[in-house]
Amino acid sequence: MIYFLQQALNALQLGSIYALIALGYTMVYGILTMINFAHGDFFMVGAFICFVVVTFLQLPFLPALILSMAGVTILGVIVERIAYKPLRQAPRVSAIITALGVGIFLENFTLALNPYPKHIPALIANLNWTFGGLTISSLQCTIVVLSVVLMIVLHLIVKYTKVGMAMRAISWDKNVVPLMGVPVNTVISITFAIGSGLGGAAGMMYGMAYPVIDPYMGIMVGWKAFISAVVGGIGNIRGAMVGGYILGATEIMVAAFFPSTYRDFVAFSLLIVLLIFRPYGIFGKPRIQKV
Amino acid sequence: MRGGLWLSETGGILRTWLLTKAWLLPLLLILGFAFSFAIPYYGLLDPYVQLILMYIGINIILALSLNLVNGYMGEFSVGHAGFMSIGAYISSILTVKVFSASSAAWLFPVAVIAGGAGAALLGLLVAIPSFRTRGDYLAIVTLAFNMIVKSVLENIDAVGGARGFLGMSKLTTLPLVFCWTVLSVWLIRNFIYSNYGRGVLAIREDEIAGELMSVNTRQVKLLAFTISSFFAGVAGGLFAHVLQFINPRMFDIVKSTDMLIMVYLGGIGSIGGSILGATIYTFLLEILRPLGIWRMVIMPLTLVLLMIFRPRGIMGLREFAWFLPKTARTNRLAQLRKEGEEWRS
Repeated sequence: MIYFLQQALNALQLGSIYALIALGYTMVYGILTMINFAHGDFFMVGAFICFVVVTFLQLPFLPALILSMAGVTILGVIVERIAYKPLRQAPRVSAIITALGVGIFLENFTLALNPYPKHIPALIANLNWTFGGLTISSLQCTIVVLSVVLMIVLHLIVKYTKVGMAMRAISWDKNVVPLMGVPVNTVISITFAIGSGLGGAAGMMYGMAYPVIDPYMGIMVGWKAFISAVVGGIGNIRGAMVGGYILGATEIMVAAFFPSTYRDFVAFSLLIVLLIFRPYGIFGKPRIQKV
Repeated sequence: MRGGLWLSETGGILRTWLLTKAWLLPLLLILGFAFSFAIPYYGLLDPYVQLILMYIGINIILALSLNLVNGYMGEFSVGHAGFMSIGAYISSILTVKVFSASSAAWLFPVAVIAGGAGAALLGLLVAIPSFRTRGDYLAIVTLAFNMIVKSVLENIDAVGGARGFLGMSKLTTLPLVFCWTVLSVWLIRNFIYSNYGRGVLAIREDEIAGELMSVNTRQVKLLAFTISSFFAGVAGGLFAHVLQFINPRMFDIVKSTDMLIMVYLGGIGSIGGSILGATIYTFLLEILRPLGIWRMVIMPLTLVLLMIFRPRGIMGLREFAWFLPKTARTNRLAQLRKEGEEWRS
């Protein structure tokens, strides 16, 4: 039982990270109906910015977090402006391929700059609290609490600000909203900024929680986060959060009770089974196709 | 503007010439076949260049198979490397463990076809649940499929697990690759210009309208996807016997991305485009090899620029005259002649 609870804590930690990345996928999809396949690599860049900032500038936790998020935010906006904006009118697939290209570019550019896997030094004091056999580390606490805070902030932005309203409006109807005087391009940029910022924060936390960061780490984590977004219903913010935790829990539990090599197999099979019964994800609504 | 006019006019003349000289294609094929025999036999090119030629052939088959789904049908599969790995593993197991050493060379085409058939069967299994809805559904299912296949192969100890599988002799030769490539191009081209192929195009343009015109969209989708996975499996079988070593990690999502790049570089919905895309991509990667890691920085950058300035790839939706059916060819010829007369007058 203790073992199970301990694993549940780990699941919460991994799930938080997946959920943060999945939010980036789902927000961009909600607005542009485009899968931003470079998002996993934004996450990787976040981890590397954190590494640079912590190792060379010796900054403590909070400034490092802010700098990582800011750096990835800027990257996200630049990529959107340079690579995705010219393709707004092009066939949808071109934008997806461009995103794949941007992703590969980021991976290999990072690899070319620093060829060896890196390690982020400990940023917060490593404390362990024990409650009746259950050990909670300060790191786990930080990751889960910080993720939840970020998600609440996002929820407030989307629900109660003008920008949030514009975002929801665009995902509702892309053609009418510009006629109402909503600056669509600005809103899209802000969406990318927020999504990438969350990805950057996730990257930093991943780097703190798991020992090694390398330029290709964004591929697998990114695809898995994408899958969590799909499980929750892509385009749906609540869905992305729930999906992230579901995937995190599945992976950790499979690894805890079965040989860990079956982790991916079970996680992805679960996805397919879920999609057979709920093709639009848990929270997704079927779109009605008009003739 | 004189120069531009001259250029377009020569282009027109060249195209007219190609259109009327349909007999050139078999001639080129025979020449190509002869060369593919002569090159290894007399050692005309160095083994490294021969190897690259073989990769080009294999990549053409891969790009075409993916183009059938992503280009002609307008769906989005991102997991074709999974089918490739099935083909590679089945054919390798057959040549290493089932066939005797002496007969393996003769039975190699059987092994490749068996690999393709295995991939096709799995393709059908993937396709049945994934074509229930449109949109990005297929992308997600094929993505998951790719990862599942990799994960399963890593867990089967009989085929080496994560360490990989080896022991194949180098059965893939240049003439063999040439034949398979020509055969695949020919078969896929014929499929596209068949009744079913027209159905595939109808699905891309407008599925509902297609259905109203009595295209059995579900059946056509399953058929096209199965054929596509068959050829991916064939390419996998050939690939395994060039490299003589396979492991599950070779066929992960990165390989699938490579295939996507080849298809979209060349241009979707065009056989000529796939051939060009696969050739250029394979060739460029080799040319840029001295740059080391920076080549993998330049390649995606080129792709992004290409997509921004030419979102439909090199060929767009156009097609080499040779691959067009006869009626389309004569129509095109008539149109070109008319344009030529307009220029001259």
